[in-house]
Amino acid sequence: MTTHYLFAGFGGQGILFSGKLLAYKGLIEGKNVSWLPSYGPEMRGGTASCSVIISDEPIGAPIVLEPDVLIAMNLPSLDRYEGSVVPGGKVYVDSSLIERKLERTDIEGVYIPATKLAGENGMDGLANMIIAGKIIADAKEWNEESIEKALGKCISARHADMLEINRKALLSGRDF
Amino acid sequence: MAEKVLMKGNEAIAEAAIIAGCRHYFGYPITPQTEIAAYMAKRMPKIGGTFLQAESELAAISMVYGASAAGKRVMTSSSSPGISLKSEGISYIAGSDLPAVIVNAQRGGPGLGGIQPSQSDYFQATRGGGHGDYHMIVLTPDSVQEMAELTVKAFDLADKYRMPVMILADGTIGQMMEPVSFDFEVKAAPQKPWATTGTQMKRSHNVVNSLYLKPDELERTNFERFEKYETIKKNEALYEEYMMDDAEIVVAAFGIAARVSKNAVVAARKEGIKVGLIRPVTVWPFPDEPFAKAAKTAKQFISVELSMGQMIEDVKLATGCKVPVTLCNRVGGMIPSPAEVLDAIRNAAKGGKN
Repeated sequence: MTTHYLFAGFGGQGILFSGKLLAYKGLIEGKNVSWLPSYGPEMRGGTASCSVIISDEPIGAPIVLEPDVLIAMNLPSLDRYEGSVVPGGKVYVDSSLIERKLERTDIEGVYIPATKLAGENGMDGLANMIIAGKIIADAKEWNEESIEKALGKCISARHADMLEINRKALLSGRDF
Repeated sequence: MAEKVLMKGNEAIAEAAIIAGCRHYFGYPITPQTEIAAYMAKRMPKIGGTFLQAESELAAISMVYGASAAGKRVMTSSSSPGISLKSEGISYIAGSDLPAVIVNAQRGGPGLGGIQPSQSDYFQATRGGGHGDYHMIVLTPDSVQEMAELTVKAFDLADKYRMPVMILADGTIGQMMEPVSFDFEVKAAPQKPWATTGTQMKRSHNVVNSLYLKPDELERTNFERFEKYETIKKNEALYEEYMMDDAEIVVAAFGIAARVSKNAVVAARKEGIKVGLIRPVTVWPFPDEPFAKAAKTAKQFISVELSMGQMIEDVKLATGCKVPVTLCNRVGGMIPSPAEVLDAIRNAAKGGKN
């Protein structure tokens, strides 16, 4: 089994970070993984994206052109990538930032007001992790141990004080 | 086996260089390889090494020359426009028979070009790049793991043959993260009796130089260097064959283009097309042998490149132009999609020549 994820949003929303968490979780669970960011000026404010592939097979091209799962954290990203999602695929939409629903009917939309939830619960900037928690739970891949290890890998010792709030954000996504 | 970590290709190069005993890095920042410099800046001071951000690419490559002449394992890295600037110094390093490792995380060109991935420095890398008759050994990793392993190999080859070795990567392989293990064997650097380390009043002076004003002497150094190149061509060509057993159509691709091509080969096989991939891991020396062998039975070759068609010339040379070779390419920072490569394969299967 192979899952192609495309995380897209503004630079600064933690697109690359939540992609990395999923990739690390996959690695810890013995899967093949790849993570490829868009790079350049978009990292400093424009539309950023990040391709993540998690697979039981060796991974060829690391570029995700047709995602099974799209995470859209702003309208330009949804406009740009909705058409590329494979039929039957899923789109996670931050509904506090994107007012419209999906135009396509052959893919499933999951609407989470993640930025709003984060802001109301003292988790500013962690909308990405709320959505990541929901993705992991929806895929029935919630595994406390590997999530904890992945968090430990993604959050450096210098930022250890951020561990707890990231855990909380993942959990609130899981329980949404 | 040691635990695998997720790391960017650029960071894997830097860590592997340190493991290989490189304690001197001189560079100048440029996207998309700056992570190498950043990693070195962080680590070198902690392990007694030197990280120095030079005032220019010219200065950086000249510092590489100096550290190498003093017998140290040394590396620099850049991206396409920066490598052009360094080419003068690389020619001097080659002309002085000095080992050095140079990384090129290629981006689109010519000129300042763009910052997205490319493979359009193939000619520059494989034909020398700077002035004069010389070659570099050129390694082309296609994964983060190979970024690490080929970096260690680059240092070994550079010392073994006393010449510059280039790691020809691209923006994608440099920026992507994959699991990587650094659990590999590292040979110690050989003795370097030629190094300019001071005579201690016990030996005559070692001289490192590329200036020979007497034509007959300069001719002799060229002849000798090319004898060495012949040995390297015989012994050091590396490649990977993928689904080649009964292949009638052969895709040639390296680096990121090979990753994309593998998807297309798998998809075409599902359609019953007998197609395989030859992935050069060294592009100088070019692995002629698997191409010459495949040319005996294959109907067509497709060179998949992020350039206007540079490696295709080596594919034609290696196959003796016995079989048609077509090009499937994107340039300017664009990457061919697996679907585009699959179309080229389907077209070839139908007997199309382009």
